[in-house]
Amino acid sequence: MTAPVEPVGLSRDEMARRAAQDIADGAYVNLGIGMPEKIAQYIPAGREIVLHTENGLLGMGPSPSPGNGDPELINAGKRQVTAMPGASYFHHADSFAMIRGGHLDLCVLGALEVAANGDLANWSTGDEGAIPAVGGAMDLVSGVKAVYVMTSHCTRDGRPKLVESCTYPLTGIGVVDRIYTDLAIIAVTVRGFEVVELSPSITFSYVAERTDAPLMDSRTEIENQ
Amino acid sequence: MIDKRTASAADAVATVGDGATVMIGGFGEAGSPIELIHALIDNGARGLTVVNNNTGSGEVGLAALIKNGQVDKMICSYPRSANSTVFPDLYRAGEIELELVPQGTLAERIRAGGAGIAAFFTPTGAGTELANGKEVRDFGGRPHVLEHGLTADLALIKAQVADWHGNLVFNKTARNFAPVMAMAAKHTSVQATTLVTPGALDPEVVVTPGIFVDLVVHVETPAQESDLVANGASYP
Repeated sequence: MTAPVEPVGLSRDEMARRAAQDIADGAYVNLGIGMPEKIAQYIPAGREIVLHTENGLLGMGPSPSPGNGDPELINAGKRQVTAMPGASYFHHADSFAMIRGGHLDLCVLGALEVAANGDLANWSTGDEGAIPAVGGAMDLVSGVKAVYVMTSHCTRDGRPKLVESCTYPLTGIGVVDRIYTDLAIIAVTVRGFEVVELSPSITFSYVAERTDAPLMDSRTEIENQ
Repeated sequence: MIDKRTASAADAVATVGDGATVMIGGFGEAGSPIELIHALIDNGARGLTVVNNNTGSGEVGLAALIKNGQVDKMICSYPRSANSTVFPDLYRAGEIELELVPQGTLAERIRAGGAGIAAFFTPTGAGTELANGKEVRDFGGRPHVLEHGLTADLALIKAQVADWHGNLVFNKTARNFAPVMAMAAKHTSVQATTLVTPGALDPEVVVTPGIFVDLVVHVETPAQESDLVANGASYP
């Protein structure tokens, strides 16, 4: 007798590819450092997306070829990048006016925890001895028109990241609109977490077991629209 | 006649005294005025409050200033760095104070300080621990946090091109906090890679008008922080 095969969700690249499909042509987008950055590689052909980096560039392009970088052309993660045709540079107050003034269409961020009411915790584990660092996360969630989270559904040790209420220090209250995980796409609505799409071979009950809050199945509703 | 050029980086930091607040431009190494920071180390002023997005890397520039014991308090949004232990070690030992500010609030507090705005309300940070102890008021049914404008005694910034009037043009993402810091400090000193005569810069491309700048030092070949760190350099 063989053990049942554990279902496997999307890889990080597959998650990025899936999230990229939901970004509209012409959108101005800020991608968080880490997993969300991968989305830039998977923008569907024929769509033009303008990437914003909060340290002062709209129209961010990929990393430069070796030897062609400029240490003064970097992204928010302080990695060297390039500027696309049509790019612009600006100072920090203007950059955050774009964010805080509601001019960016979308940001995609990582998460430690997301609560069923849309609260996000993604900047601090509150650990004793950790150096607190917030960067632009609180500004992004307070100002950008739509806030998506891209994250593994559970932590490495299997703890759900989608919870009834966050235990880590909050980044913002009621700010998350949508969550892309390896297992599902989940909308955060006034009713709580609603599954709008399951990853291939993943069942609703499998996701519900790994979610520490009530989970609704809105797939039919979506399909009927 | 207006001529804001000065020959030495020492002159550029000469107005600073013990206990001063110093804004230092830069986001990571982009726009970090290394030569002016090193002049501030040579100057020896202590008990400083420093405003910068980060806390420097390696043991050069801002990290060296902190390591040299001249900084009592950092005001910043992201004090961690992949390649520096100077600030984290002092912070864990309780030997340096940190005021952690969301990055956009930091930029806006500096801009407000420079524009004569004492304080403003923003939804950023509402309901988080960074709003603890701050006045919160509802606007349009949404909680907003009262944040105060930030000013400084001295700003140190790096420009790509400056003219003698202090009109400035920056290099790519090295611009970051420099234009708002130049506005918010009583005295702003600039290190410029290229110095030109008034009239050589097209007024349409000037990013920071000279009214916000007091002194300009020509640093023709500025050190790049990542090169210094890669070479294990330290200062002094």
